[in-house]
Amino acid sequence: MSTAFEYSPDADRIMSVSLGPQHPGAGHFRIRLWLDGDLVVRADPDPGYVHRGEEKMSEYRNYIQNVPHLERPVILDSSGILFAYSLAVDQLMNNKIPPRAEYLRVIMAELNRIISHEYYLGILGLFVGQTTMITWMMGDRDLFIDLGARIAGARVTFAYIIPGGVRNDMPQGIEVQAFETLDWFDKRMDEYEKMFFRNPLWEERSRGVGVLTREDAIKLGTTGTVLRASGVAHDIRKAEPYSVYPEFDFAVASLKEGDTWARAYVALEEMRESVKILRQAFKNIPPGPVRLKLGPQPRVPAGEVYARTEAAHGEMSYFIVSDGSPKPYRLKLGVPSFKNLPAIRHLLKGLHIADIPPVYWGLNYWPVEADH
Amino acid sequence: MDMADEIAGRFPSAKIDYVRPRRIKVTVPTDKIKVVALYIRDVLGFDHLNVVGGTDYIQQKEFEVIYFVGSISIPGQQDLVVQLAERVKRDDSPKVPSLTDVWGGAEYHERETFEMLGIVFEGHPDLRRLLLPEDWNDIPPLRKDYISPGR
Repeated sequence: MSTAFEYSPDADRIMSVSLGPQHPGAGHFRIRLWLDGDLVVRADPDPGYVHRGEEKMSEYRNYIQNVPHLERPVILDSSGILFAYSLAVDQLMNNKIPPRAEYLRVIMAELNRIISHEYYLGILGLFVGQTTMITWMMGDRDLFIDLGARIAGARVTFAYIIPGGVRNDMPQGIEVQAFETLDWFDKRMDEYEKMFFRNPLWEERSRGVGVLTREDAIKLGTTGTVLRASGVAHDIRKAEPYSVYPEFDFAVASLKEGDTWARAYVALEEMRESVKILRQAFKNIPPGPVRLKLGPQPRVPAGEVYARTEAAHGEMSYFIVSDGSPKPYRLKLGVPSFKNLPAIRHLLKGLHIADIPPVYWGLNYWPVEADH
Repeated sequence: MDMADEIAGRFPSAKIDYVRPRRIKVTVPTDKIKVVALYIRDVLGFDHLNVVGGTDYIQQKEFEVIYFVGSISIPGQQDLVVQLAERVKRDDSPKVPSLTDVWGGAEYHERETFEMLGIVFEGHPDLRRLLLPEDWNDIPPLRKDYISPGR
């Protein structure tokens, strides 16, 4: 752990410690802690070490050029962040997306949700001392990356969902590989449950740790697995259905406990639901074109739009102001990790040092995304 | 939509900019925004702050600060987003009241808007810089008269 010590002048008991920004788990993110013994008296999250000015960059590029750099804040959920962007631009331009493209968007978004949750659970396992978890999760995650790579043609940074549809059609016969993977993964998730979630050691480290009440979860503006683990079954895919989500049969995973265990379990349940959606999507995908011909520099009518989707980390939203030129006048990115930032400060207060990693990572916080 | 009429009827100074499917945009004067925000939260039930945005309208010499608020507790309106906006003159020290005591989640969003556009949120408990480097020594970067290096 990279730390810098400094003694507070006013009270000898209180010591201020800087956790990160080069802590291997914190990942370009610093938390200033004020400690009394090993109890956290106060925590002050300090993001910004990987701020790239995505919003300013967008003002210099046209709507198509904006696609690849906008996925960079969350490369593990690249389709989640581009889905919201494409939705916003499509609404501005009044695009009618072909049905096959809508299905492909959903397929890719759900693949990315699994990829992202696997990463999240793997690192969380590492943080509570369960190293088997990270090896399993990282290995299994690659199967879904392979599927995504066969569809999109690139690994991890898919840049697949674009305004007007998707970049290309999926290869013929990919359903075989997809169903094989999904069937195997269904059984694998039962193993996860037995191996990790019902493991007494794992439960001891995560149950009742970092409890966020329903009221606080709403008041602090949290989103995603954090919100749903605190007893709020709020999922944009159900609350404000977009794309072809109304055609699928799936449930919103939600638990009441609000602790780290519940947050992780909600992620597991969400992967189960994603598998359900993927099965239906691969089975029912209609034929047809997959993108509209927009040209390299599409004209976007003047106006404003606010679009939101349920990405892997939570509610992803875009506010775009267009002045009729080929470039956005203003693009505001509302990223889920940034929305969960107040919860970090709220939950760390009063914890023991040993509980910081599971609580911090349990919030599904991704520093690069929060800094955008 | 009746909700827009309700806000307009209750607050004559509020201007309904547009009503679209699932979206209502209301612009209010800065001295009224807190009252309207409390009304939207407590009476209409919009309890979940999604995001706070800010735009530099340099030609109109104005800044716009806009709060996107969703509803979680009330079934039937979970798909709605109220966009509560205010305009402030683009002078040396643009000031607007902070809404952190209405929606607690606004704290970091307002800090971001403060450093990116230079708008001061009065009454904010901890208005410090957030994302930019500590040695940043230029005008706020999301203002339109800030030009990125190399552009």
